[in-house]
Amino acid sequence: MRLSQAVPVLLIFSVMVFMLMHLLPGDPALAIAGPDASPEAVQKIREQLGLDRPLIVQLLEWFSHLAVGNFGESLTLKQSVISAVGERLPVTLSLSFVSLVVTLPIGIGLGVVAAYWRNSWIDAWVMVLALLGVSLPGFWVGILSVLYFSVQLGWFPPSGYVPLTEGGVGPWLASLIQPAVVLALFQIGFLARITRSAMLDVLDQDFIRTARAKGVDEWTTISKHAFRNTLIPVVTVLGITLSLLVGGSVVIEQVFALPGIGRLIVQGILNRDYPLVQGTMLLFGFAFVVINILVDIIYTIVDPRVRYG
Amino acid sequence: MAVPLLDVDDLTVRFRTDAGWMTAVDRVSLAVGEGEALGIVGESGSGKSVTALSILRLHAAATTRMPTGKILYGGKDLLTLPTREMRQIRGGEIAMIFQDPMSSLNPVLTIADQIGESLRLHQGVDQATARKRAIELLDLVRIPDAARRVDEYPHRLSGGMRQRVMIAIAIACRPKLLIADEPTTALDVTIQAQILDLLRDLQRELGMSVILITHDMGVIAEFARRVMVMYAGRVVETAPVGQMFRRPVHPYTEGLLTAIPKLDVDVRRLPTIAGSIPDPTAVIPGCRYSPRCPQVQESCRRDSPALLPAGPEREARCPPRVAAMAKETVA
Repeated sequence: MRLSQAVPVLLIFSVMVFMLMHLLPGDPALAIAGPDASPEAVQKIREQLGLDRPLIVQLLEWFSHLAVGNFGESLTLKQSVISAVGERLPVTLSLSFVSLVVTLPIGIGLGVVAAYWRNSWIDAWVMVLALLGVSLPGFWVGILSVLYFSVQLGWFPPSGYVPLTEGGVGPWLASLIQPAVVLALFQIGFLARITRSAMLDVLDQDFIRTARAKGVDEWTTISKHAFRNTLIPVVTVLGITLSLLVGGSVVIEQVFALPGIGRLIVQGILNRDYPLVQGTMLLFGFAFVVINILVDIIYTIVDPRVRYG
Repeated sequence: MAVPLLDVDDLTVRFRTDAGWMTAVDRVSLAVGEGEALGIVGESGSGKSVTALSILRLHAAATTRMPTGKILYGGKDLLTLPTREMRQIRGGEIAMIFQDPMSSLNPVLTIADQIGESLRLHQGVDQATARKRAIELLDLVRIPDAARRVDEYPHRLSGGMRQRVMIAIAIACRPKLLIADEPTTALDVTIQAQILDLLRDLQRELGMSVILITHDMGVIAEFARRVMVMYAGRVVETAPVGQMFRRPVHPYTEGLLTAIPKLDVDVRRLPTIAGSIPDPTAVIPGCRYSPRCPQVQESCRRDSPALLPAGPEREARCPPRVAAMAKETVA
């Protein structure tokens, strides 16, 4: 059911991506031909690429290729969009994964702690940190972090990515932990605030009083009776958080020179590499849809009142 | 009464509000004997629920100053008991059920888990035994098809059924005292009667004492042996139920009794007590009921009345009426 809803969403999304790309001023043929090429040469390339045809024809052609799983060839990379994305996907997935692993326990943990000691100095500090997390721009924190932890202390490499298959877990993690944490700061701040307010709501509920009246200790009251109820609204925003994670990786990959999807998109946009950007964006769109379906599934696990037919 | 099971002495509870500190419960004393059913009656805001919550120290910690006075149970003062020991009392020796069964059960835990938790905590039984006992308890509170219901989540049950589950949780560890805070208020009238019947039967079968808090005089008449009337944080009258209905001493009690609609008399307007319960932060000199009292005298507005003995097992906080009664008895 949810999957069938995804189809029109992706369809509309892909049309929008296509239109936006083609509305951008600039011309991939210029980028390919180089600055010194004659207008005739550029025009020739345009014709070769089929860019001289009406937009609607180009759109329909793109769709007909998509329908058979053909995402097209990159105009500038001399490889198919699929293989370009496939090469870089592990980097972005690794970054998102490590960032999420950092975010979830810290963000939710801080929120719970702040709620439990509401209006205390602990609460105040957590909220200040959360505010800093959501307000400090990632690229700026990233640059400062590189200056301090990589340049000054030399703890982590300042940039670049070591795949799991090359150096094993250690170097892989070392190359990712810094960008992942910088990326996580926003998520942590966001999640901590959401968790705190959700937990405060739950702690005021009658069933918490019931638990206490049973003689349940404070720790079990929080961890068993309050926590799962707190997760219900938190899971809702988890989908948004994950989407933000993907968006944030575009910036962070630039700062830390990680060869991921984010960089690929930026490169593609700068070169007006239509098929590349369209294909990658469609992949992002698909990822969002999958994330949201996952969130719905997690929902049914967390909240017994929710069942999808 | 010999040594009472629970003896509350001079309990005072103060809350912090936006308008400053207010006294929700003002020097309330009460005693419950073994196997006794005490009713506490009063309007919303009379302090009856706060009194009940304070017995188990379940009042909101952030806004409440630690209650003062004494709450003696089994020779110990519950107000000064270490938290660990207090937790053993809660749900073990003294259990409580609440007004709104729709929100009093945890939506993400099964019935088996919520009943079993009490048993595991206080009697150290394992999960399987707890589940078995939970089914027996559901039978005991007359939930049909208990073996199937036990694995369900609360949202599958009606309000009445949920209140039965709450009762099952409360009686799981055979408490000596059950505090029922408006247990039927949120339910349909027919369900109300069923729940009251159930509570009364369980009280007899298990021999437990019950404090039943309500604003419904009918509930009191059916359930309690002794009744305590509260007004604006103070006890205004205590009496055996029959005597209170036949002959209320305090004008407030009288007002409450007149306000019960009678089935055999047609009336256009239901009788009410004029005025409303005072703002808890307001300072009222003299008797707190004096602004609403139809029999108010000059002294009532001036002197704060004491709770005076008004016959065997009776007390009332109304010097003029108590004096009048004494005169009649002599004559």
